Amino acid sequence: MAGHVLVIEDEPNIIEAISFILSRDGWRVDTHSNGVDAVDVVRAKAPDVVILDVMLPGRSGYDILRDLRDDPATSAVPVLMLTARGQSRDRELAERAGVSRFMTKPFSNSEVLDAVRALIPT
Amino acid sequence: MIAMQALAVISVAYVLFLFAVAFFAERAARRGRGAWLRAPVIYTLSLSIYCTAWTFYGAVGTAVRGGFEYLTIYLGPSLVLIGWFWILRRLVRIGRSQRITSVADLISSRYGKSNLLGVGVTVLSVIAATPYIALQLQSVVLSVDAFRHADPAAPVVADSQTMTAFWVAAGLAVFTVIFGTRNLDANERHHGVVTAIAVEAIVKLAALLAVGIFVVWGLMGGVTETLARIDASALGEWQVSGGRWAGLTFLSAAAFLCLPRMFQVMVVENDSDAQLRMASWAFPLYLMLMSLFIVPIAVAGLEILPAGANPDLFVLTLPLASGQEGLAVLSFLGGFSSATSMVIVAAIALSTMVSNHIVMPIWLRLREGTASFSGDVRKVVLRSRRLSIAGVLLLGYLYYSVSGGGAALSAIGLVSFTGVAQVLPAMLGGIFWRGATRAGALAGLSVGFVIWMYTLFLPSFGAGTLLPVNLFDQGPLGIAWLRPQALFGIEGLDALLHTVLWSLSLNAVVFISVSLLSFPQPLERLQGAQFVTTDHVGGGARSWSSSAAQAEDLMVMTQRILGAREAQDLFLTEAQRQGLSGSLPDPTPDFLEVLEKRLSGAVGAATAHAMVGQIVGGAAVSVQDLMAVADETAQMMEYSARLEAQSQELTRTARQLREANEKLTRLSVQKDAFLSQISHELRTPMTSIRAFSEILRDSADMRPSDQTRYASIIHDEALRLTRLLDDLLDLSVLENGQVNLNLRHGMLADVLDRAAAAASAEETGPLTIRRRSDNEEVLLYTDIDRLSQVFINLIANARKYCDAPDPVLEIRVRGDVGRVVIDFIDNGSGVAPDAQDVIFEKFSRVGEQKAGGAGLGLAISRQIMVRLGGTISYLPGQGGAAFRVVLPTDLALAAQ
Amino acid sequence: MSAEGPARRARPLFVARETYRRRRLRDAARALPVLGLLLWMVPLLWPLNTEAVSASGALVFLFTVWAGLVIVAGALVSAMNATDRGAAVPDPLADEDDEP
Repeated sequence: MAGHVLVIEDEPNIIEAISFILSRDGWRVDTHSNGVDAVDVVRAKAPDVVILDVMLPGRSGYDILRDLRDDPATSAVPVLMLTARGQSRDRELAERAGVSRFMTKPFSNSEVLDAVRALIPT
Repeated sequence: MIAMQALAVISVAYVLFLFAVAFFAERAARRGRGAWLRAPVIYTLSLSIYCTAWTFYGAVGTAVRGGFEYLTIYLGPSLVLIGWFWILRRLVRIGRSQRITSVADLISSRYGKSNLLGVGVTVLSVIAATPYIALQLQSVVLSVDAFRHADPAAPVVADSQTMTAFWVAAGLAVFTVIFGTRNLDANERHHGVVTAIAVEAIVKLAALLAVGIFVVWGLMGGVTETLARIDASALGEWQVSGGRWAGLTFLSAAAFLCLPRMFQVMVVENDSDAQLRMASWAFPLYLMLMSLFIVPIAVAGLEILPAGANPDLFVLTLPLASGQEGLAVLSFLGGFSSATSMVIVAAIALSTMVSNHIVMPIWLRLREGTASFSGDVRKVVLRSRRLSIAGVLLLGYLYYSVSGGGAALSAIGLVSFTGVAQVLPAMLGGIFWRGATRAGALAGLSVGFVIWMYTLFLPSFGAGTLLPVNLFDQGPLGIAWLRPQALFGIEGLDALLHTVLWSLSLNAVVFISVSLLSFPQPLERLQGAQFVTTDHVGGGARSWSSSAAQAEDLMVMTQRILGAREAQDLFLTEAQRQGLSGSLPDPTPDFLEVLEKRLSGAVGAATAHAMVGQIVGGAAVSVQDLMAVADETAQMMEYSARLEAQSQELTRTARQLREANEKLTRLSVQKDAFLSQISHELRTPMTSIRAFSEILRDSADMRPSDQTRYASIIHDEALRLTRLLDDLLDLSVLENGQVNLNLRHGMLADVLDRAAAAASAEETGPLTIRRRSDNEEVLLYTDIDRLSQVFINLIANARKYCDAPDPVLEIRVRGDVGRVVIDFIDNGSGVAPDAQDVIFEKFSRVGEQKAGGAGLGLAISRQIMVRLGGTISYLPGQGGAAFRVVLPTDLALAAQ
Repeated sequence: MSAEGPARRARPLFVARETYRRRRLRDAARALPVLGLLLWMVPLLWPLNTEAVSASGALVFLFTVWAGLVIVAGALVSAMNATDRGAAVPDPLADEDDEP
């Protein structure tokens, strides 16, 4: 089961950490660090799971998620959202935008791994 | 013949009965069970003091002497009451709303609380009332004599008469002092007195009706027979001169309104319109019944009693002569009641006037200058009122004993009526005409008073007594047209009509003309507006301005006048109405108005005004000055301007509140955003640290190069966290103003050198810095370290964000008056216009580069510059990013 | 002086039946003393000396007028009291002195 994960995140160190964790577990990982064209990238790469940061340069993660859900091609893709802001309002916004799973940074590696595994459609 | 002892016992018993009635009524009122005391019927009966001994005995005498003329004395008041809607309703309402204590108080209060007018009306009233009181004493004496001598025509013993008069006067003084000065507030009802005179009203009506019925059915043999015998008698034909018929009706109506005692029971003691409504028909009925049997009694007296019998005593002597001793005693009690009730009320009314308008002002004048009201004013007022009562009765007694009681009763009555009627123009003008002025009232009253004295009052003592005989024949200094009974050469008029005509018409003419010509004082105009438009004004007009009056001083004074409890209640109520928690209200104009009105119920308007004025100081004068400038419209404008100012103030307050609310909301949003930012800035490095430390922990078979790399990431992120915390603390200190500036002298060039070096050491990257060192020789007195922190930040930013392939930062220094301007301009693409506003906000980061900072640098720089008394701003349109730092050269001054 | 100004200007031209009655009662109360004065001044027209009016006639006339005035005044007051009691909402202008 070589699932394909797209990580959209702007902190290089976090990208590196997540890539490392997922690759070690056997996932194929693509990364992207800009909000503006994130939707196009998702459409193009058609990943099995998207890991999406909320505060991205250029565009907020919520907007990206809403676009993904509006597009039939991407509406079904599971999205794991990460935020460093961790206020209850953020969770609400994410759920209203159609998030599959919502996590607050900092996270433990196994948590991310479990979440991604759970999200992959079998 | 009834024994004198028995008569004495009956009289004393009757007097004791009256005392008891007064006492129980007073006690009932005190215990709050006195609702019946306010019944309209009691009010109506109390009005009967109009019917004095003059009516009870004198009406028959008048009928014998002047035929039907006696009726005019009752027709006038009947018309006044039937026409209550015209005058009385207004008068009574003004009396209640302004807490008027007497007719003098009414005039004084209406004309700007002028005490001079109060004194004038008081003097006039006392002069007019004194003979009248003497008359009442005389009637009691004569009626006692009628019993003493079986034959009323027999000569009387002068000494015993004087003694009787003295004891009657003394007894009345005691009664009046006891029941007339129980309450200090003259505006409150004297329940005891009013109830006692109501009882007396019934007694005198019953007595007169009983005598009348006895005469008509007992002596004359029925109504038809009586009418026939009237026609057959000397009174058989209508022989009243038209002039006297109309003139006396008018005079009695005028006197009814102006007599101090009538004003007392009608206006001062009144407390509801319902009372007046009932009196409007019931009192004319009472008067009708009182006068119904006068003519039959007169006719019967003329027929039955021997010629030469005093017709003024027919009411008493007829039953006596017919052997009806019980009826005679009842009649005696009726006459006694008539006399005493009048004297009691007159004494109360006059003593209030004398005390409030003469004694208290003098007392106040004497104490002027003393800091506060040190004595117990209450006691002073009560004592002065009691002394005044005794004084009034003493005057009456002296008048009686000096004059010897010669003149016919009704003549005295009419002289007195004409005197008090002089108040009428000022009174009616005062309540119906806003143009009436103090000067007019004073002039009118004076003219009327002088004419009355000269043509009627003084001559009434008889030519040659007080005025020399030749004055009547030739006039003063031989000026014929000034003869007392033929003014302006018009002879042949009835003496009384002559006075009524000239005094009242000249009084009114002078009153109106002087009013038209003079300009009223502001306070007069305020009072005039309140009186004339009494139904509309609920306190719109103010006579006090806001002042420095001490609430405590006012409290002290009020306590001494109203008594501690009442004063405290009043102050507490007012304080609560002002929304204050304490028991002392602020001395607002409204409060002073209320207080003054309350005090005026006790001591009269003029005195109350003077008392409050003594404490408040010149505040009232400033209102006068203010209002003097204002005419009618200006007054209205001032009022509406006040309203407008108030509403503007309200709007302003509302706006301020709204702004404060918006600001709070904005702050709350900002705080949320800030917390969110902090959270983000702290969690982001922490995420990396946690993730990599777990990776290091969990992966045993990691290449050493990776291990090193991951450990150094952890290290970098830890540093980033530390930097962030440092910045946050720094910013917090700066924002709270807790920073201590380390002020010292330094050259700008040195500061820039140090900053450039530090910024280069921290960051690697090509940045050329261009400076012109000759401009930088500026001596600064400031916190050099903080300033270089700002410079470092700006240089580092240029290094980080300048996106030119060959980045250059130019630092331009320009000296100005008292300040130095330092611009940092790079050759990059600059800051986007929409971002320029926010770059100085916390956590604002422009561009996509990760610069390792938390976006606090410029925020901190701005705070530093604020502390240093300078500014930092973005300078648009310079090609690249450009920041301008402005610094005062002498910070020592600017920092403070 | 105060809020009365506009209220007065806004005085309605036509009023409800009860208010109308009350106003007419006031008119009557104002007219009554005028009537009384006129009647009581009738004696001014009586001749003196020759063909003088008899005392009994004069008495009967004057006291009849008196009694009549008392009765009418009493009736007016009781009517006023009745309309006042009957009025659920007091006439806002009831206390206003009608300008002559």
